[in-house]
Amino acid sequence: MTRLPTWADVVLIPLMSIIAAFGISALVILYIGENPWEALKIMVDGALGSAYGWGYTLYYATNFMFTGLAVSIAFRASLFNIGGEGQAMVGGLGVAIVALAFPWPHWTLALPAAMVGGIAFGAIWAAIPGWLQARRGSHIVITTMMFNFIGAALLNYVLVNVMRPAGSMDPATAKFPAGAHLPTLYELPLIGGYFNKNTPANISLFIALAACVGVWYLLFRSRLGYAIRAFGKSEKAAVYAGISPFRITMYVMLLSGGLSGMMAINNVMGEAERLVLNAVEGAGFIGIAVALMGRNHPFGVFVAALLFGFLYQGGAELGLWTTIPIELRTVVQALVILFTGALDNMMRMIVERLFALGRRRRAA
Amino acid sequence: MDLSTLIQVLDSGVRLGIPLLLAALAGLYSERSGVFDIGLEGKMLMGAFTAGAVASITGSAWLGLIAAIGGSLALALIHGLASITFRGNQLISGVAINFLASGLTVLIGQNLFQLGGRTPPIKGSARFESITLPGADALADVPVFGTVYHDLISGHTILVYIAFAIVPLTWFLLFRTRFGLRLRAVGENPESVDTAGVSVLRLRYTAVAIAGILCGFAGAYLATSAPSAGFGKEMTAGKGFIALAALIFANWRPWRVLWATMLFGLLEAVAIRFQNIDVGLFVVPVQFMQALPYILTVVILAGFIGKATPPRAGGEAYVKER
Repeated sequence: MTRLPTWADVVLIPLMSIIAAFGISALVILYIGENPWEALKIMVDGALGSAYGWGYTLYYATNFMFTGLAVSIAFRASLFNIGGEGQAMVGGLGVAIVALAFPWPHWTLALPAAMVGGIAFGAIWAAIPGWLQARRGSHIVITTMMFNFIGAALLNYVLVNVMRPAGSMDPATAKFPAGAHLPTLYELPLIGGYFNKNTPANISLFIALAACVGVWYLLFRSRLGYAIRAFGKSEKAAVYAGISPFRITMYVMLLSGGLSGMMAINNVMGEAERLVLNAVEGAGFIGIAVALMGRNHPFGVFVAALLFGFLYQGGAELGLWTTIPIELRTVVQALVILFTGALDNMMRMIVERLFALGRRRRAA
Repeated sequence: MDLSTLIQVLDSGVRLGIPLLLAALAGLYSERSGVFDIGLEGKMLMGAFTAGAVASITGSAWLGLIAAIGGSLALALIHGLASITFRGNQLISGVAINFLASGLTVLIGQNLFQLGGRTPPIKGSARFESITLPGADALADVPVFGTVYHDLISGHTILVYIAFAIVPLTWFLLFRTRFGLRLRAVGENPESVDTAGVSVLRLRYTAVAIAGILCGFAGAYLATSAPSAGFGKEMTAGKGFIALAALIFANWRPWRVLWATMLFGLLEAVAIRFQNIDVGLFVVPVQFMQALPYILTVVILAGFIGKATPPRAGGEAYVKER
């Protein structure tokens, strides 16, 4: 195998994968009978061309940063946590319980408490599959997948039978108290003027950015992060170095689930201000695409989350202004996962060939 | 509960269990050959869509079935390319396939029919109608036996009987033929198969293709087998994952797959029919019944009751020694 320079590995290959994914998406748009270039213009205009667009793009990106980090940290330990969706769902339950427990006087008190609730619930929902893998040998992918469905059923039960206010037909909790309202970007001092009043992006964005930095520090500057990465590279070597697989699996799944659960401060507390049945809207699964595209690096996750935020808001605009259904987003998401994740080796082979060719030419 | 209610619930359990059975058998072939398949859901969805679309355009259920196999097979080949040829992560490939099917079926469907992702309603020869088995009507009045024969065993579409027939066929193929031995070996210890001079890649591609064909059957059943009348957006609704659960629950064995899928079908039928079940001391909520297949699978997988042992080489791409 030819050794590739770092820039080719970190930038070139993901870039080629994304170009391939978007190229095929453009073909799909052509098939529908629309102009891909026009579609891209509408997407850019709708997602980045106005304060309104940015308000949604950043809101989606906040969700995807949390779930992307969650998937990344697990991938770093060679664990595929496919259960971000369920963990975010159950995390929403934790946030809702905290938010409804007190007549919160101010969001500065409500937010930390809600974060604890979301993190705790999400972490537990990931820790059970983690424990089952570490102690009982169940496959973590299957168990986390099953926990998505069990979580959905649990949430359905709680919303229909327990937390639904009397007299309401809607399977949702009551509205959170006014003191639990998180300031949107519009309501913030200094930057507020740049944003639109009616958009959901809120202060959680800064928590998500802090989480990116935190995860970076944890993975690359701390003992635990070193252990996590060592364990992910080779379990045997890690055990030889005195790292306990059980401990690492548990830590990683608690962290991963906690990050997914923390997403609920954005979508549940920041946007809906009550817990509804389908609050997560697939953000847990998009975390997989974001992590793969971001190469499991917090900075990569940040960039990929912004791109997917753009894709989500832009795709919604396409659904409004063209005959292209909103499901185009799902296709692009699938292609990104396919090319950056499953067909990664194909891209690598192509790039390696090109590099080998270049080298031979220089030698001759 | 009287006999007729019991039979109704069992009958509905069979109907709900058939797509699970076909998809779980599909997964059985793929996973026994060492290729994990969490893309059953997507392949089934694509099959259901192409079946519904082609059946409504051509008016032929059989052409719909062929289209279903084609659509599902196309996704299976992507899975094979990613996970066998390019040795990519099989689980990630499966996730991608599920989303690809979920998006493409709506995009293409909306473009062809402008019905919000549905296909036009079909009837008559465009769908598989139920078959009355010989003597069913004559025996209908015979107590118990006649009722069971008429209401439970007779009166399904041809796809149901095909699905049941595939179970012994699969058992025979896997455990009584040379191909089956090799297929199982390639999932346990591909080196040994390679050493014997048999192509690992070809065997795995064959298995993945069979999985594609069977998911096509499952999809065609969902969309074109009466009383179903066409494809609806996201119509698989997680059935591919329940099938995967059933496959694990059955410990990757064909006969047990039959029992597991029928059990899961029955659980769903009970949940639909009775909603919240009052057992005297407490009420079993309908959500618990819906989650039960997943809970059972987690319990089995953790080895608390019985022990699920997946094929040993599952999930790993084979790299030929040089």
